[in-house]
Amino acid sequence: MADVAVRLVQLTKRFGGDAVGRRAAKYVPGANADEGFLAVDHIDLEVRDGEFFSLLGPSGCGKTTTLRMVGGFEQPTDGRIELQGEDVTWLPAYQRNVNTVFQNYALFPHLTIYENVAFGLRRKKVADADVRKRVTEMLELVELPGYERRKPAQISGGQAQRVALARALVNRPAVLLLDEPLGALDLKLRKQMQVELKRIQQEVGITFVYVTHDQEEAMTMSDRIAVMHKGRYEQLGDPEALYERPKTRFVAGFLGVSNLLSVDSDGTSGDFAAFKLGDGTACRVPSALVAGRKGKIALGVRPEKIRLTEPGKDIPDSFNRLTGTIAHASYLGVSTQYIVALPDGHRVTVFEQNVARATKAELWATGEAVVLSWQPDHSFIVEEAGDNVDAPGIDALEAVGVQ
Amino acid sequence: MTAEAAPMNRPRVGLLTSIKRLADRYLLMTYTSLAVIYLLLPVAVIILFSFNDPIGRRNFVWQRFSLDAWLNPLGVPGLGESVWLSLVIAFVSTLFATMIGTLMALALVRYEFRGKSLTNSLIFLPMATPEIVMGASLLTLFVSIGNPPFFPLNIVTILIAHILFNISYVVVTVRARLVGFPRHLEEAAMDLGANEWVTFWRVTFPLILPGIVAAALLAFSLSIDDFVITNFSAGQTQTFPMFIYAQARVGVPVQVYVIGSIIFLVAVISVGLTTLAGRRQSSG
Ligand SMILES: Nc1ncnc2c1ncn2[C@@H]1O[C@H](COP(=O)(O)OP(=O)(O)OP(=O)(O)O)[C@@H](O)[C@H]1O
Ligand SMILES: [Mg+2]
Repeated sequence: MADVAVRLVQLTKRFGGDAVGRRAAKYVPGANADEGFLAVDHIDLEVRDGEFFSLLGPSGCGKTTTLRMVGGFEQPTDGRIELQGEDVTWLPAYQRNVNTVFQNYALFPHLTIYENVAFGLRRKKVADADVRKRVTEMLELVELPGYERRKPAQISGGQAQRVALARALVNRPAVLLLDEPLGALDLKLRKQMQVELKRIQQEVGITFVYVTHDQEEAMTMSDRIAVMHKGRYEQLGDPEALYERPKTRFVAGFLGVSNLLSVDSDGTSGDFAAFKLGDGTACRVPSALVAGRKGKIALGVRPEKIRLTEPGKDIPDSFNRLTGTIAHASYLGVSTQYIVALPDGHRVTVFEQNVARATKAELWATGEAVVLSWQPDHSFIVEEAGDNVDAPGIDALEAVGVQ
Repeated sequence: MTAEAAPMNRPRVGLLTSIKRLADRYLLMTYTSLAVIYLLLPVAVIILFSFNDPIGRRNFVWQRFSLDAWLNPLGVPGLGESVWLSLVIAFVSTLFATMIGTLMALALVRYEFRGKSLTNSLIFLPMATPEIVMGASLLTLFVSIGNPPFFPLNIVTILIAHILFNISYVVVTVRARLVGFPRHLEEAAMDLGANEWVTFWRVTFPLILPGIVAAALLAFSLSIDDFVITNFSAGQTQTFPMFIYAQARVGVPVQVYVIGSIIFLVAVISVGLTTLAGRRQSSG
């Protein structure tokens, strides 16, 4: 069991509402109960020992609530929390071997940096000499030696962030919980701290559970990510798997830009499953991707996987291909983004690296006819689950705004 | 930056503008000084007349400078006892009111319970009730509780009355400090292994201490000079304000001015110290 740091079993949190009324509603048909708000909805999750695990999702999806339940600041409505195999669901925060880095740092304003970092050790009655040694070590780890005697009001945001990290890590918790710890920092500092955080995590070897709504941040640092949506997670995996093979429309839209095409199944042939687009164009994907998928599905492809060629030019036979016209081009420096209009009205986003062009000498111009092609195994399949219709915009024009 | 443009930098001063400038400079200062003088005049008179050497018992006309009263501040029969009594009452009622009021404020800010908003509004009642009504009602209460011989009116009834009206002020003062209190600091403390008790003494208490001290100072000063309510609940006991009132009919002795000046000085010093402490804490 030691290889699982945190296990959530059917963890649920409902805010507000009327518990008695809900119970009554179970037994009395037609009784009307105030359901409250389901912030976390029966989550099952295992975080491995020593990994950098991220909960990623849009605002209000229940990330903080989940983290606060693990930390002991919020009581679950239902379900169980295990830390290293031990059930801690009903233990108070101060009896759990986890520490938290709060979004707003929560440094004690009346204590010096030294006493802030020493706070946890003092509670454990660690001997003074030991406290000194460990606090000093920790301040060195976060690169803040010499700040011991300052008060929190006398340091910068980035420094406060490091102190908060040191204050938590010095206790050598089994798991460190971080709730958008870089949210208040400017972009440059944030990038810098991301690298820092990863370095520190590898150095101390403590399990990190990291909450963020920034997909890039999660991808940069995490070993594994759970993408949350409306109180549940939709997919869990390493950054590459999530990006290359998103399983739902929501995940595909939340991590990066993707093109989703509604398709109808057209049977399987060998290793490939065949599909038809609305206008009858045929597409193929490795059948392994389709295995076990039920209901209506959509075919997805990432914008950088698509090649643009002039009509009539050679394209390997195995490739999927579509025809369209360039509707919009924006030069982005590293790459150029094209919006291609398909005959059926779909719009597809394509990123083309700005390198020596293999297929064409200049940038494509608006109105030019193009052929889009990609390898079948660069496709992914998402389920058109009914409640995912409000997933973030994957509309191509919206993607322009995101850039 | 041409040559002709240079004089334009100094616009010509019209009559109205210069009047406005004069007003800006002097009017505000004059006004403020007058207000301050208005506020401080009575205090100044007390201090001045504490050095007077009046003829007869009436200390209303300046005669000549004398240190007699300062050298023998308790040299009037009954004055020492009444001052001592007032100090004891102020101290004890402040202690109790601060404790009870702080806990009440914590409960009112931190917890949800039935009747919370009612309590929140009722807490203003003792402050809003005219003192004279409060005093009379307390007297009625005390007298009606005991069978004859009645509930004895003495220092205990005075304390009950003072704690009663002080609690409201303490609750309101401490609550104000608590409302803006960052709860996540307490969560951070618990996260770092402090239980509720340790969290309170290590984090909550030090951070709301300025509010508690302010509340205690307020309670102390309200108690030490209360006359109306005290008069109703004192029976034969005589506090310092009651002593002055009784003396006023025959002429206030100079020593009263001395005690008054001392109380004023103590108040100024403690307010100064609190401000200093607050400034030190906030600046880090
Ligand atoms: N104390 C509360 N009472 C009622 N509803 C709450 C409470 N705390 C959170 N919620 C609701 O629960 C949902 C999840 O909140 P949570 O704070 O976990 O979101 P989040 O994923 O952390 O979002 P963000 O990225 O904005 O921090 C939100 O819709 C929020 O309105
Ligand atoms: Mg949050």
